[in-house]
Amino acid sequence: MNILVILPIIVPLLTAIFTLLTNRRLVAQRVIGVVGAAVLLCVGVLLLIDVARRGPQMMAVGNWSAPYGIILISDLFSAIMVVLAGMMGLAVATYSLTDIDARREHYGYYTLFHVLLMGVCGAFLTGDLFNLYVWFEVLLIASFVLLALGGERPQIEGAIKYVTINLVASTLFLVAVSVLYSLVGTLNMADLARKLPTIGQHGLVTAVALLFMVAFGIKAAFFPLFFWLPASYHTPPVAVSAIFAGLLTKVGVYALVRTFTLIFVQDSEYTRLVIMVAAGFTMIVGAFGALAQHELRRILSFLIVSHIGIAVMGLSLNTTAGLAGTIFYVIEDIIVLTALFMVIGVIRHQEGSERLEQLGGLYVKSPGLAIMFLLPALSLSGIPPLSGFFAKLSLLRAGLGNGDYAIVATMLVASFLTLLTVSRIWSDVFWKDHPADVQLAPLPGGWATVRVARIPIIALVVCLVLLGVAAGPVFDLAHQAAEQLSTPQRYIQLVLGSTP
Amino acid sequence: MHVVLAVTIGCLFAAAIYLMLRRSLAKLIIGLSILTNATNLLIFTVGGLTRAQPPLVPEGAEQPPTPFADPIPQSLILTAIVIGFGVLAFMMVLAYRTYVMVGSDDLDDMVATDALAPRQLPYRSLRANPSERPAPTSNEKRSP
Repeated sequence: MNILVILPIIVPLLTAIFTLLTNRRLVAQRVIGVVGAAVLLCVGVLLLIDVARRGPQMMAVGNWSAPYGIILISDLFSAIMVVLAGMMGLAVATYSLTDIDARREHYGYYTLFHVLLMGVCGAFLTGDLFNLYVWFEVLLIASFVLLALGGERPQIEGAIKYVTINLVASTLFLVAVSVLYSLVGTLNMADLARKLPTIGQHGLVTAVALLFMVAFGIKAAFFPLFFWLPASYHTPPVAVSAIFAGLLTKVGVYALVRTFTLIFVQDSEYTRLVIMVAAGFTMIVGAFGALAQHELRRILSFLIVSHIGIAVMGLSLNTTAGLAGTIFYVIEDIIVLTALFMVIGVIRHQEGSERLEQLGGLYVKSPGLAIMFLLPALSLSGIPPLSGFFAKLSLLRAGLGNGDYAIVATMLVASFLTLLTVSRIWSDVFWKDHPADVQLAPLPGGWATVRVARIPIIALVVCLVLLGVAAGPVFDLAHQAAEQLSTPQRYIQLVLGSTP
Repeated sequence: MHVVLAVTIGCLFAAAIYLMLRRSLAKLIIGLSILTNATNLLIFTVGGLTRAQPPLVPEGAEQPPTPFADPIPQSLILTAIVIGFGVLAFMMVLAYRTYVMVGSDDLDDMVATDALAPRQLPYRSLRANPSERPAPTSNEKRSP
């Protein structure tokens, strides 16, 4: 029993309640919104330290022991993800001060933001499959409203697509959960992992596993299920895009990794092949999609898709090295994408546009911003000595060690296409002269000036550089997390050990 | 009984998917509601059907007399109904907003977020010039 495990859920919940109570006072809402995210980050770091020192921690909610009650459990992978959720929460909450207008703040932006964080942390920490569904719904409903909040036409159109596809994905998830329950008679993940090998119906289990893969694949934006993402992620305010880009698809990746390392490990050769083919197509199609776009956030939306493919590739290798690569890659990807989206937000506010042909000359005008774009962009395409290089290197070595040359080659091609895409952004937005016939007024923003927006961006870029410099220790941590994932006996024993 | 329910669930899923593939926003919502309900029925059925045996422990006994109905699928359905209801309510409001804003319930009119180089679409109210709307195709009859 460890109270730290439930705190990452309670802190955003309390923050959401307090922001709701101070509905009329915007200053109080802003302060609570940022402070709550900071507290979440601190709690996450404490949890990570605790888990790193003493091994996985669990808590039986309401003191109902497993497999009867709901279990919250944190191993290293969960703890790392919670820390990242806290980091992105703090960065984007600070950034929201400059990006979210007073009307949206009045309609409960900060409340929804923290409900979203609560759902994300809950999904990372739960040890029960049906509870995972509930957390998914919590974060989805918050994201539905965040996406539609403000009610501009593109937002509404994007929201229709986003809500529909996510509702279908949730339904598939629920179908898979119910069929699994009818097969095994339990929904506790550790209990499932223990009992599933004994029931013997391999065909049906594999079918259920593929249902889960489709459900999580829609949420993680896999090929061929990703089309909702580029259709909706560029429509809300940039702060909302940034938190979605950083965290939401990664929750899908987390759920995939968790279920396919813990529960569905019997027919791993087949599922592994399906995941690998999907990952390969995701990388390539996403990268080509990015090349075809002309708007900054649309380009990045396709790059998110492409990089989901690279992250999931490590899972499909089915080795500890591959999983370690995936974890390290997810860490890097979350930081990079959130930082890039916030940079785009600043460009949008300054220049009044995010279309490539209407921008130019920013390298002369604001060199600091150029650097803040360049570092994450180069890391995204895997240029040494930035952290993206080490993440890709670890995946590459894991793939070569496994003899999966095709997927490694695909990843290299996708990285090259990413480099091509970001250099196109660089030359169009920063190096090209500003087009003479375009005169756009800066877009109106939120309460704080655009200068404040640079604080979280600089903080994330510094984290990114540190992640490159200190790649060794972080990679060791990722490797430990991967070892815990690939030896689930300890996880199962922790959850069920004390039951008679 | 299992067979009847299985066939019903299959028909519901088929109907839901058919409705969701139509272009009309209203049919999309009806399809989604049928889809969530089909799922609830599926949970109920795969949980095992037990007639008139609630899982209640009689006085003085340690456990209910077997066979008793499994309470877990029922609680799962309850949760799923609540969640499905909330999401559906949100979806209906969203659909109404869309209808007001786009001036049409044709999903093919909602392409502002898909086109490669989107035109700046002006907001069209319900009273916008009807000739701007694409003519309904023969197999998609809309109510006025």
